[in-house]
Amino acid sequence: MSAPLLELEAVTRSFGGIRAVDGVSMRLNEGEVVGLIGPNGAGKTTLVNVITGVHTATSGRVRFRGEDVTAQRPFQAARRGLCRTFQIVQPFPEMTVLDNVAAGAMFGGRIDAIGAAREAAREHLEFVGLAPLSDKPASALTLAARKRLELAKSLAMKPKVLMLDEVNAGLNSAEIDGALELIRKIAARGVTILLIEHLMKVVLSVTERVLVLHHGALIAEGEPHAMVRDEKVIEAYLGEKYAKRYREAAGV
Amino acid sequence: MMSRLGLALFAGWVVILATTPLFAENYIVRTAIMIAMYSALALSWNIIGGFTGYPSFATVAFFGVGCYVGGIAQRAGVPMALAWAIATVAVGAMAAALGAIILRLKGHYFAIGSIAIVEVCRLVISSWRSVTGGGDGLNVPLLRWHPDAVAQFFLLVMIGIMLAAFVMNALVDRHRLGFGLKCIRQNEDAADMVGVDTTRYKIVGFTLSALLCGTVGAAYASWVGYIDPTDSFQILMTVKVPVMALMGGAGTVLGPALGAAAFVILEEIFWANFLEWNRAILGAIIVALIFFLPGGLLNISWRRAARRLRGRESAEAPA
Ligand SMILES: Nc1ncnc2c1ncn2[C@@H]1O[C@H](COP(=O)(O)OP(=O)(O)O)[C@@H](O)[C@H]1O
Ligand SMILES: [Mg+2]
Repeated sequence: MSAPLLELEAVTRSFGGIRAVDGVSMRLNEGEVVGLIGPNGAGKTTLVNVITGVHTATSGRVRFRGEDVTAQRPFQAARRGLCRTFQIVQPFPEMTVLDNVAAGAMFGGRIDAIGAAREAAREHLEFVGLAPLSDKPASALTLAARKRLELAKSLAMKPKVLMLDEVNAGLNSAEIDGALELIRKIAARGVTILLIEHLMKVVLSVTERVLVLHHGALIAEGEPHAMVRDEKVIEAYLGEKYAKRYREAAGV
Repeated sequence: MMSRLGLALFAGWVVILATTPLFAENYIVRTAIMIAMYSALALSWNIIGGFTGYPSFATVAFFGVGCYVGGIAQRAGVPMALAWAIATVAVGAMAAALGAIILRLKGHYFAIGSIAIVEVCRLVISSWRSVTGGGDGLNVPLLRWHPDAVAQFFLLVMIGIMLAAFVMNALVDRHRLGFGLKCIRQNEDAADMVGVDTTRYKIVGFTLSALLCGTVGAAYASWVGYIDPTDSFQILMTVKVPVMALMGGAGTVLGPALGAAAFVILEEIFWANFLEWNRAILGAIIVALIFFLPGGLLNISWRRAARRLRGRESAEAPA
């Protein structure tokens, strides 16, 4: 196997007494689409925060292309191409949609001139289907559109690894189909994707491999269809008691 | 971005200020000097307070230190223009060093930290008697010209600094620095995440906002010929400058110059007519500003002008 693009070695991140991420070791290979699932509070967002320098690992190492990036700051992660969308969207509210994306192109994507950054931004807005709203202030967008804006902004940063934190949360089913289509198109460009997602339909249809996080620790890893049938995974999601009932009902 | 109209009006305004000695009495020329001086200060403040959204009250610290560095250098025999340059560089260096500390604070805490800078500078200057003369102040070598010539000279100097501050704003506005600072103002965490080196950008912004305040201070010291801690570190100045910028439209390139002009003229009118009420009126202006003009003068007229002049051309927000 070739060297992984991104590698975590026994990464732990504590907040006070809580280990939000607990000894996680994982690898992402170039071009992979990997799902990261787990119940609320499992530590998924925290893991992304550690990879992107928002939080620094309490112990353990993060390596990107073999380089130790454990202590990086968020802007450095962005410039390296470790890009993410936010579960809670983070636009520049009074700037136009175009300039929001241009900011990504200029700073993360390292395009120096404002004009060229806006040009690049137009392409990304076209790609995510927001071009007609380019001149609106970001604060005027609907939730679904804001999530697309987050996507366009991340794409403008020329991502090597794109971490999508619940991009579908709060969207209706038509919007989800649209988002799914987009994720597929991004993956087809060869971008490595770590997809945090609750909807199994989405996970099963786009990922090649799934990591399951529970109480901060990785409890299972494998082929997506196998993972959703895995006992530990079902238990993590439903709790022991309900898992038992579920098994009985399913006749397993 | 500025409209052509705005730019033309500004150019006309600069010509009027510069030619006051030809048609107006001394008192008006003095007012023109104050307008140019406060415009330079408000435009400087705009970089950190307007573009970056960090409510700095440190202006008078930079001004005061500029007064003293320039004054002390001149007393030591340094030629006037060189003394101003030294003051500019010294104040810039001071801002970069202090910025690295206080720019970790945000919002109200940053505002308080910036006021602390003023107090610390004032204390250091008043206590360091051997160099600064302490509370007795310092005499700065005066230009031995006819008083009218001196006034004309300093009018042109202050206008020159004002133009430099204006050009600095226009450049920052077009450069990625300005873009990054505006991102920081809107959402600092998101700016960081998008790849803006927020710490460095804020320090650069703070330093730029200080540089020309140092020049203004040093030129002011040469103009008035005498400086003391009370005059050089007036807390009122540190409040006035942001109010001027906000009044005109913070974060726009022309707003601070408009606000400074409007404020100084209003102040002169009130000062002349209602001596007792001057401060109360300043307070009333601040309150009215917050309630009725959150975007500043420039933003109302801009919107109306834009609608009227261009119909519905895709309008870049002035901020
Ligand atoms: N900044 C923080 N400070 C304190 N606790 C935090 C912080 N961020 C996350 N946590 C805690 O870490 C745990 C994991 O949270 P999170 O990573 O958001 O989970 P998920 O994204 O899987 O729902 C939770 O118990 C949460 O309360
Ligand atoms: Mg989360």
